[in-house]
Order: sequence, then C-alpha cells, then structure tokens
Amino acid sequence: MASTDGNHGTEKHSPLEQFEITPYAHFETGIGDLAFTNSSLAMVITVVVIILFLTIAVNTRSLIPSRMQLISEMSYNFIAQLLNDTVGDQGKKYFPFVFAIFMFVLIGNMVGMVPYSFTFTSHIIVTFALAAVVFIGVTFLGFAKHGLHFFSFFVVPGLPWYMLPILIPIEVISYLARPISLSVRLFANMLAGHTLLKVFAGFVVPLGFLGIVPLAFIVALTGLEILIAFLQAYVFAILTCLYINDAINLH
Amino acid sequence: MELEAAKVIGAGLAVIGVIGSGIGMGTVFGAFITAVGRNPAARNEVFTMTMLGFALVEAIALFALVIALVILFG
Repeated sequence: MASTDGNHGTEKHSPLEQFEITPYAHFETGIGDLAFTNSSLAMVITVVVIILFLTIAVNTRSLIPSRMQLISEMSYNFIAQLLNDTVGDQGKKYFPFVFAIFMFVLIGNMVGMVPYSFTFTSHIIVTFALAAVVFIGVTFLGFAKHGLHFFSFFVVPGLPWYMLPILIPIEVISYLARPISLSVRLFANMLAGHTLLKVFAGFVVPLGFLGIVPLAFIVALTGLEILIAFLQAYVFAILTCLYINDAINLH
Repeated sequence: MELEAAKVIGAGLAVIGVIGSGIGMGTVFGAFITAVGRNPAARNEVFTMTMLGFALVEAIALFALVIALVILFG
C-alpha cells in the first residue's frame, strides 16, 4: 500500500495495517457493539462464493461432467476420501462438518489472496472460534460415545502403573493444547505470509530500477502463498478428522 | 529507550527458534527424496504426506515469528 498522493516518505505504512478491522455498520445491543466489519464482509463473501459455486456447479448434472462440476466433485471426493482414510466407515456422519470447515477455510484463504481484500483467517479470534468448535464438538462426541470411559483416552496403554502419574498430566495438557495449536497454526501462517508480501512490497519503490528483484520475489511468493492457503485448509481438515478418530476409536 | 532496545533484542532472540524449523524442513524433504529414490512408484502417496509434514513444520517457525511480532508491535 504505497502512498500515491505525492508526499513520499511523510506517511508511514506498517505492514500490519492490512489486518486492521474497520466497522461498516453498527448494531448496538445489550452486550456491546455487534458491528458489521470488513472481516464480516469477507466471511459473507466467502460463504456466498461457496454456495454459488456448489449450486451452479452441480446444476446441470451430467454423466460427463463440465469443468465446474468436476471441481466440485473433486472437492467432495477429497474430503470423503480423507475421512474414510482416517476415521473409517463411522466417519461418514461427520462429512458435512469437515467439508464445511474445509471449504470455509480454503475459500477464506483464497479470498484473502485477492489484492485489496481482507483475510479473515489472519485473525486469531476467527481461527480460535473454529478450533474451539472442533475441540468442544469432539470432546462432546467422545463423552456421548463412550461415557466416562472416555477418560481412558488419557491413559497410555502398555505402560507400568508407576508411570501414570507423570504421563496423565502430560496427556491432559497436550489434549487441552489442541485448540491453541490448531488455531495458531492457521492464524500464524496467514499473518506471516501476508506480512511478508507487504514487507517486500515496501522494498520495490525505494530500490528504483533494482526494485524488479523484490517484485519478482513477490510474484514467486504469491504462488507459495496460494499453495499454503490450500495446505493450511487441508491440515485443518485432516487434524479435525484425526481428532474425530481419537474420539470415536479410543487409542 | 532501554525498553525499546530490549524489545528489539527480544524479538531477535525469539526468531532463533526458526533454526529448529529449518532443520525439520530439511529432514522432511530429505526423507521425501530418499523415499522416492528407493521407490519411485510411491511418489504421489509420499508427496501428500510430505506436504502435510511441510505445513506442520512450517507452522513451528511461524509460532516463533508471531512471538517476535507480538514483542515488536504488541
């Protein structure tokens, strides 16, 4: 976001400026201001893109699929295969949940790659809310499936009894750390990637003719960012599957 | 001013954690090349796992980077 109004150098732009939230409309309620922000707008755009894409793509169901239909079927197959590989037959029930999370994160990351748009996955509160839903849902699932027997998840099998007082706290802590690592991974990737792009963009104009070097680097980096946008959605989905598997099949 | 200096030094120290991630990334791709060298037919299967490992290892580096950014700007 270089200044184009002539007064070079007087304005300072932070690379973190792109993550600022600006409210568009205010809705005062009893618990505070539920403002409609640029982050909310990006989420609405994401959901609309997903719904439009999936409905239009399968609108003309043909045996020989068009490209759009092929992409939607591929994304369906991708998650169905993932669930089948990690959870097994019992995982079919949770397909809508995992698919919704995968598409939301994936399209959200991709919407963020469009210049001048907003990356809502680069905010810890958004990713933490997603991870908290996964964590709480999986914990409830475990208790619903196994009752109090779910606590045996924290007991590592095949260990002598005197190791248990040391290992059970470790297992509990690593279980409680899941939502943090799940949310920080996505958030940190998006934050660092977009900050890096902006930092290198800041080198282009001051370097003059040599600025073509960071410019070329930015192009390469954008490709890497698109790869990471997909990978992080994939990692989020596969970890959700693994957690569901842990809750259904204890150890 | 001393607080500012301490912040910059702390951010620099926080980024040292990236070294570990660099080693990890080398291990991931080294193992990938070894695996494909031994069994080229398994390339596609191993590649998806490599990408998963790459994403997980890279996240560790970014944890350190986020801590540095929080120290600098937080």
